[in-house]
This record gives sequence, C-alpha cells and structure tokens, in this order.
Amino acid sequence: MVTGKGGTGKTTVAGALAVALATGGHRVLLTEVEGRQQIAQLFEAGPLPYAERKIASAPGGGEVFGLAIDADEALLEYLEMFYNLRRAGKALGRIGAIDFATTVAPGVRDVLLTGKVKEAVNRPDGAREAGRAYDAVVLDAPPTGRIARFLNTSAEVAGLAKVGPIRAQADSVMAVLRSAACAVHFVTVLEEMPVQETLDGIAEVAAADLPVGGVVVNMTRAPVLGARDAARAARRALDLEELAAGVKEAGLAPTPEMVEMLVLETAGHARRVALEAEQRERLAGAGAPVYELPLIADGVDVGGVYQLAELLRASRMVG
Amino acid sequence: MARTRKTAPLPRLAPRRPAGVPEFDVDEMLATEKIIVCCGSGGVGKTTTAAALALRAAEQGRRVVVLTIDPARRLAQAMGIGELDNTPRPVAGVDTAAGGGLDAMMLDMKRTFDEIVLAHASPERAEQLLSNPFYQALSSSFAGTQEYMAMEKLGQLDATGEWDLIVVDTPPTRSALDFLDAPARLGAFLDGRLLKVLLAPAKAGGRMYVKVVGAGFMMFARIITKVLGAQLLADVSQFVAAFETMFGGFRARAEETYRLLGAPGTSFVVVAAPEAGALREASYFVDRLDADGMPLAGVVVNRVHPMAAALDRLTVERSLAAAESLREHSEHPLAEAVLRVHAERARLAARERRLRERFTRAHPDTALVEVEALAGDVHDLAGLREIGAALAGDYPSAAAS
Repeated sequence: MVTGKGGTGKTTVAGALAVALATGGHRVLLTEVEGRQQIAQLFEAGPLPYAERKIASAPGGGEVFGLAIDADEALLEYLEMFYNLRRAGKALGRIGAIDFATTVAPGVRDVLLTGKVKEAVNRPDGAREAGRAYDAVVLDAPPTGRIARFLNTSAEVAGLAKVGPIRAQADSVMAVLRSAACAVHFVTVLEEMPVQETLDGIAEVAAADLPVGGVVVNMTRAPVLGARDAARAARRALDLEELAAGVKEAGLAPTPEMVEMLVLETAGHARRVALEAEQRERLAGAGAPVYELPLIADGVDVGGVYQLAELLRASRMVG
Repeated sequence: MARTRKTAPLPRLAPRRPAGVPEFDVDEMLATEKIIVCCGSGGVGKTTTAAALALRAAEQGRRVVVLTIDPARRLAQAMGIGELDNTPRPVAGVDTAAGGGLDAMMLDMKRTFDEIVLAHASPERAEQLLSNPFYQALSSSFAGTQEYMAMEKLGQLDATGEWDLIVVDTPPTRSALDFLDAPARLGAFLDGRLLKVLLAPAKAGGRMYVKVVGAGFMMFARIITKVLGAQLLADVSQFVAAFETMFGGFRARAEETYRLLGAPGTSFVVVAAPEAGALREASYFVDRLDADGMPLAGVVVNRVHPMAAALDRLTVERSLAAAESLREHSEHPLAEAVLRVHAERARLAARERRLRERFTRAHPDTALVEVEALAGDVHDLAGLREIGAALAGDYPSAAAS
C-alpha cells in the first residue's frame, strides 16, 4: 500500500516500487482505485480497462501489470463470482442499485476496492512456481488523510453490517491487510504539512492495527552549500565581493543586480534546506524506516521511474 | 504558537506576466463578488489561497466569511478556528480600518447534516434518524457528504445576508467531478426508484409490497438483501422512511445551491501548482466549470519559482559550465556553489514555464496569476496578507523585476 499527500509523488513511488519488486523475474500487479488513470499516464500507456494488462518490463525478466480498479465493475464481478448473478447485476445497475452500493452505502465502496486487491493477492496460479498469480501487489492507495479509514474496512462497515456477506468480506480483507504480507508505505516531501500528515497517518494506521511500512522522502536535493556558507546565505550575508570575483573568474560578467539576485536565490535555497532539516528530524522520530529519493529535475518520465526503482533497491527498501 | 523569525523575510519576487494570457484581476473580483469558490486538487495551497483572498477582501472593507474544509492545524490556529463548532467566528488581528471584517469557520459535515435533520423533521422523526446506524455512517463517512454539506453550508451562510462576500474552500475531492455532482447525486439517490423499492417494506406488508413495486423488483430486493445483508437493508429502509418527508426539501435545496453557484455574483477560482498532475486537474476543472456554465474568474498557480530578469543570461547550461570551470581551478567555492544553486533553480523555472505554457495554450481565454513559492508554510495573518498581495499582483516596487 502506498499512500501520501497530494503532490508528493505517491503514484510515481508506487510505480517505482512495482518495478523494483518485479526486478529479477517477478510478476507484480500495480493497481489504482481513484479512477484517474494515473498508472497509465505514468507508464505512458493507453487508459487501463478493468482488466490486468502488462504495462512494463523490469530488469531480469520481471513484469509489471496494471489495473485500474473500478468499484462498479468490482461489484458486478463479485456478484458473478459468488452468486453467479452477472446479468441480474446489470439489471440492478439500471435501477441505480449498483450506484447505491458503490457510492452511497458508506464503506461498501472501499470494501469492494480493497476486496479486489485481496483477490489479486490470493489468486492461485498452478503454472507458476510460487503457486500464485502475482509475487507482489502494489496499490496506489488514497491520500494520507484517508488511508486509515480506507484500509480499516471492518471498522467502516461495522456499525452498518453486523453480519452478512459484506461484513464477512470486510473481515477477510482486513485479515490480509493486517498480515505480515502487507505494508503501508508513506510518501512525503520535506515540507511541514506533508510531514505532519505523514506522522498523523502513521499513528492512525498503527492504531488500526495495520502494518506500517516505511517512509519514502521524495524529491530530496543534495546540499550544495557547506554549513557555514549556508548559515550566511540564509541571512543574505554572503561576501558580495568574493562572489562577484568568482562569477567574473568563471567568465560571466556580473552586474550588481545579478549578484544581488543570486544572493536572494541562495538565501531562499538555504532557508529551504534548513526547513527540510527540521522536517527530516521530525520524520526520524516516527519510528518507521526512512528512505530518500532524489528530485528528478526535469520531471519524471518512464526512465525516471526505472531510475527511482533502482534507488529503492539500493536503499534496501526492496530486495 | 507563532515562531519568531530569526531572520527578516526575503523580498518576494513578482513572477513575470506571461505574454498573451489574460490578466486575473483579483482585486476587482474581491471588490464585487458575493461568493468565491476555490477548487483544485489536493496539495496545491487551496485552503491558504481561500484564506488569503478572504483576508484581503476584509481588509479592503468588505464583510467576509471564509468557509474552510480541512485547514492545516497552524493555519486554523492563526485564524482562531481550532474549535470545531460549525459556526463562523471573528478572526482576531484583521485590519478593520476600511470598515470590513473577517469571520472564519471550519466545516463539520456530520453536524451540518444533523442540523438539517433537526430543522426539517418533526422531533420524533429527527430522533429516529439521528440514531439510525445507516444515517450515522452516511453523515460521517459517505464520500459525497462532505461536498454536499459544504454546499449546504454555503447556502445557509448566503441566506443569512450577514456577509458581503463568502469565500469557500472545497474538499480535496478524489475526482474533480464529485464536488459539482454531489448535490445532484445525493438528490438523485434520494428521489430514485431504488429508494421506492427500499421504502416499500417499511410502508406496507409483503403483499402490498409486490403490488406497489412489481414482482420484478422483488428479485432485486432479494439480491440486495443477499449481498448487503438483511440488517443493513432494514436500517436503510428505516432511514428512508424517516427521511422521506425531507426528500422534497433536500432536493429543492440542492438545486437552489447549484443555481446560486451559476448565478451572477459567484466566481470560481481554480487553484493549481506548476506540476503536471495539478495542472491536468486544473485543466479538467476549467473544462468542467465551462460545461456546467459555472463562472470561472481565473486560475491561480501557486508555488512558482520565478526567475529575476537580471539572471536571464545565466541559463542552466552556462551556470553549470561556469561552476565546473571554477571547480577545476578549485577557486571560489562560494561562487561555484551559488552558481549550482542557480542552475538548479533555473532548470526548475524552465520546467514550470513549459508546463504553464502547455496549460495556457489549451486555455487561451482563461485569466491566470502566478504566486511565488514560499520557503515555509503560512501560519499567521502576516503570511496570508503577503499571499493576498501576491495574488493581486501587488508587490513592493523594490522586489519587482
């Protein structure tokens, strides 16, 4: 399970994690549940239907399949699988019952979405050595603010369905999510709000007895200035003459405005780095392993996903 | 608890106005509109933008209320809305010299729903509803409830006539559609055929039930019972029976609020960040608002890294080459580091410019304003004031470029 606040690169990290897990000849399913077709966009593939489709290869003969889980389709599939009711299910759609079950009945939607993940995790495949269709399933899960509620399906339907199939399904999903086979990873950047949400999310996930995995700090930048220069830079107290002399030495004719603006940029940089250091410290106290991924300056394309996957393996988050 | 700044804030850099893009006249909007709705995907600074717009309008003399959904803790504290009581409270520290004022509130969706029930149902019915398990789940966790209740609260605030301007922050919806669709969806559900099926057993006995809804529906009810469980169905049925008297009112209010959103005096502001995903969502919002005939005032792109004109000559390549040559001679390590910092920033600025240009090419008639990224989060009124000024393009002349 990969969660994170909006804008932290959750989908990218989920994609990189899927590639990293597939590396070395494994078969991995990468899923999304929010109907945004972000997996397809990340891997520059056409929109994913409600069917598992190969979207990428991984080094060493690995394969990544993609699936956009849709609650309506998942319900129809569920009706067919357990009640052999696919056609009746379609008819239900016409009177709005499917819409009711998947959007209005609280919690049912989430049970259907996580239920599909559980099905993929447990799906047998006798032809494979592992005996299962997938070696790993990665879910690009809802954002940090909703993750505990999304995964805590049993609690969500508890007040609603004390017995019955929905309750039984919720409980069996819960058993898989709480098992050692599952981990909830948090993606964040070194800014105050995403870090706060990560800490809150970790506490909520732990409180729901769900397994907290790692914290992936995304888009980090290597320090450029030494500690003393950084402190001076933050105060805009850099040695202007020395700076101008250096810029001139490098073959660039410095104007006073240019030097002034460079000082301003460097001050902004130094202050941001200082704030990042504070946030890094807060994360260190979260009690979960922290992994860092660097910023890919030109934005992430498919190549970037593979690059991040390698880094995840190198950081020993995977492998 | 505001931290004292050890160092003076850096002067803000005015992003250069993109050529050919209509100017977003934020102050004009703040002076004339009655409702401003801020929408956009999560993590783009939507709540902060809403608060900054509200504060600026208030200090320019209007009586303003800002309705926020889920503000960051420290921003909420700065505005004095740490307490969840679902009622607007005056914000302390606002400059009221121009005759305006600012109230703020944080939406409590369950409480808003409860209030509607209490206001529109008889006491026994209300009692029945509030204790119904299905109602409790619906009012606190249904994905569309928050969107719907935000709109409901907006309608309530508007009806009081207490404020000149209402600024609404919208929930970070999982899909941009949810927010505009919520009233219609809930309305359609409450009016739908399905509910008539579910309602029937509560109204009449078995025989009557068949007569009312037809035998075909019996099968459906059986399937629903099978899948969702009899208890859930019973709860829903009881809920629907108790809710029935309020259907008409609910639907009418949903439609009323929807009309209010499209009426003169309302403006939508789409908030984005210069990232591919956020701009894609913004694009979607712009098209959707257009399709629904909702008035879009403009797009705010937050967290932009503008480049000072004085540094135009220092392209990414030139700066990196210069830094390399300094490194080879191992002289001037400071200049080398500064040039590397600049190269990184120039690269980011170029990327943001490309993304923004792609957006404006697709939406050439949409007004747009960019706001510089801050080093840290905003958690006091001074910070909000600064953002408000940046939104209005109001920069101290020294920092303008």
